[in-house]
Amino acid sequence: MTPTIDPAQPMLSVRDLRVSFGRGRNTVEAVRGLNFDIAEGAWYGLVGESGSGKSTVLRAVSGLLLDWTGEIAVSGRRQQPHRSRAFHKLLQMVFQDPYASLHPRHTVDRALSEPLSIHRIGEADRRIERTLMDVGLDPSFRYRYPHQLSGGQRQRVAIARALIVEPRILLLDEPTSALDVSVQAEILNLLHRLRREHDLTAILVSHNLAVVAHMCERLGVMQNGEMVEELTVDQLRASAPLHPYTRQLLRASAGYDPRALATLEETA
Amino acid sequence: MTGELSPILEVEELEVRFHTRQEVVEAVRGVTFALGREKLGIVGESGSGKSVTGRAILRLVPAPGETRARWIRFEGTDLLGLTERQMRRIRGKRISMVLQDPKFSLNPVMTIGAQIVEAYRIHTGASLAAARQRALEMLEAVRIRDPERVYGAYPHELSGGMGQRAMIAMMLAPDPDLLIADEPTSALDVTVQMQVLAIIDDLVTSRGMGLIFISHDLNLVASFCDRVLIMYRGRVVETCRAEELHQARHPYTRGLLASLPRIDQPASDLPVLERDPAWAR
Amino acid sequence: MTALEAPGAGWRAWLLTASPRSRLQARLGALYLGWLAFLANPLALAGMAIVLALLATALLAPLLAPGSPYAQDLTQRLLPPSAEHWFGTDELGRDIYTRVIHGGRVTLTIVLLVAIIVAPLGLAIGTAAGYFGGLADTVLMRITDIFLAFPRLILALAFVAALGPGIENAVIAIALTAWPPYARVARAETLTLRESDFISAVRLQGASALRILLRHVMPLCLSSVIIRVALDMAGIILTAAGLGFLGLGAQPPIPEWGAMVSSGREFLLDQWWVATIPGIAIFVVSLGFNLLGDGLRDVLDPKRR
Repeated sequence: MTPTIDPAQPMLSVRDLRVSFGRGRNTVEAVRGLNFDIAEGAWYGLVGESGSGKSTVLRAVSGLLLDWTGEIAVSGRRQQPHRSRAFHKLLQMVFQDPYASLHPRHTVDRALSEPLSIHRIGEADRRIERTLMDVGLDPSFRYRYPHQLSGGQRQRVAIARALIVEPRILLLDEPTSALDVSVQAEILNLLHRLRREHDLTAILVSHNLAVVAHMCERLGVMQNGEMVEELTVDQLRASAPLHPYTRQLLRASAGYDPRALATLEETA
Repeated sequence: MTGELSPILEVEELEVRFHTRQEVVEAVRGVTFALGREKLGIVGESGSGKSVTGRAILRLVPAPGETRARWIRFEGTDLLGLTERQMRRIRGKRISMVLQDPKFSLNPVMTIGAQIVEAYRIHTGASLAAARQRALEMLEAVRIRDPERVYGAYPHELSGGMGQRAMIAMMLAPDPDLLIADEPTSALDVTVQMQVLAIIDDLVTSRGMGLIFISHDLNLVASFCDRVLIMYRGRVVETCRAEELHQARHPYTRGLLASLPRIDQPASDLPVLERDPAWAR
Repeated sequence: MTALEAPGAGWRAWLLTASPRSRLQARLGALYLGWLAFLANPLALAGMAIVLALLATALLAPLLAPGSPYAQDLTQRLLPPSAEHWFGTDELGRDIYTRVIHGGRVTLTIVLLVAIIVAPLGLAIGTAAGYFGGLADTVLMRITDIFLAFPRLILALAFVAALGPGIENAVIAIALTAWPPYARVARAETLTLRESDFISAVRLQGASALRILLRHVMPLCLSSVIIRVALDMAGIILTAAGLGFLGLGAQPPIPEWGAMVSSGREFLLDQWWVATIPGIAIFVVSLGFNLLGDGLRDVLDPKRR
């Protein structure tokens, strides 16, 4: 089932990706010519503020957004806007708000059986139980409705739903920003473990530099639809970013500092 | 602790309960604190009762909530003893509140200027011309470069940061003594957040106001406020000076701080907060 | 918990448990919670009682009123309510009680037939228009607009005039004029659902459009459509009665309430009961459906907790 992958080839590569919304004079270019590659097994962070286009990139890569130009290749295969069912088995996405990403009238069981039934995967019972265990949920959660779950538990269900088809790539759209910090830690640890156990490749979109630094090895910093800088997390830690915008984000994430504001306002 | 001056606000044994059909939820349990002309942070996770505390001071807890306290003294007057009419004169004029998202707090069909003017005139009875003058002054005070344009703009025409600045301008126009800010910058991008905080900082310090800053962000509160209350399940579990937050003693506070990923310290796994039922007692 | 202990905990506990052990238990538990919410609303219960009473009368009509609704006795014309004729008799000496009871069958038939045609039609058109958008949306919604632009009774009149009077044609006429609001409701609901993360999530699992519509979108639109049906019932009954009253619905001697009011109006001043009793029946049943609809709205509202 797993497609053979040339180790030299990136798991995911994006070339000159452009997305614009609206028409005529109201056209907004949300993504302007983006390029990046992610090797198999790597976790890549996309950082930026609202309107920077980082979520739009995920929507284009995932296949939710159909109107884009450029090239998107996943495990060596160039993708058209409309994706095949096999693509969706290869790549799954976890959304930001666990309160919005689960169908309010479907039990956990139904949410997890749906992908199995779409991809005609058998042994649903065994798989659902195993995946629930995998994301740290007791089997007693299986027949609960989303409103009976906490935010962290819902996000675990959303992760289970993505993992149950055994994808190779995960797209994570701010997976912890709607959660309390103590729950965030639990979910980040869970993702860490799943990454090791399932050998996953991922893009993590976040506005939180610390979360990206914790989860990824490399990151791209986006501003106004462009990638202003691509760097490794080690470079980020060493406070070596070159681009003033990255430095600004780094400084702002350290907390409130009136002295830092002077430099902020120069670039704002 | 609150300086030589008498405190602006004293809250003693504040309790807020919500009666539902099945149960009674105790959202705030025995919260006591005093506030001088300082920046007091209230931090906690969702459900800790931090927002309800802010609303309870203004007696704005929605039904079926019930607010009780020994007293909530604002400059010597017990707010719990006031009539609703007297309370309306306090709200907005003497104590103002800024909420998380300006989108929900601003009237979408009125221009920013008209809203500031209206709010100001209700509280001060100033003439239209004076109120307009004041509105423009306030927009300038929150460092809006083009006050005339923003004055005539509708809320949807402003970015999140601009909207929140306009909101702060509106709330501070009648020169209140106390500002309650409930996650005022959480909906904003980090760089904009810093600018808005600087504006609040300046205004609060220069006018000698008290500020209650409610937030879930420990690092932000530690760097922005003077003093911090940490709330857990309706109780204040710890009070400390903001710069000492990172040396906090309570296991809950320490657990929260430890669970934050840090840029400067790579770690494979984050310590997970183990909740001790004793904390909530 | 062993199987032996489970019955001891009672069926209530079984239904209300926070961790159900099977699909069936989860579903029944959710239904039971809805039922509890419904029970807490006295007006909704009253509405349901009326609707159930209508159902029971329709089913048991021959038992409740053993006589024939068509039996004429010209010697017993226009008798006032009495022990023998509870609701009096009409101008042909027929027992009004018997006719009102049997009329419930006619009304229920019309209402059910209309609901069965209208709800799925409106739901299908509305969700398809909302989900696919673009040209499909434009075409479907303009057709809907055309139907919406005519007053219901007038359009029904035109249909009946073209097709000929009778219950079947009245049903077709009412159904043709009643579906557009359902399509509107379903489309509006679908438009908000379409952009929601949980629909995006199923799309990303590779589900086909048909699957998404049938299994994810429609069930969520269904509750507003059901509420709308219940609230619309009164209007449908009144339209049916109106057509009957104008002589374009059920044809005499069928005991249809609207037609009965119509034939009784000549005697309204001297023999009030002939028109008033079926009028009251129309009123009570319409009220019952309205109350039920309001109650359902409270129970089915997805925003309830």
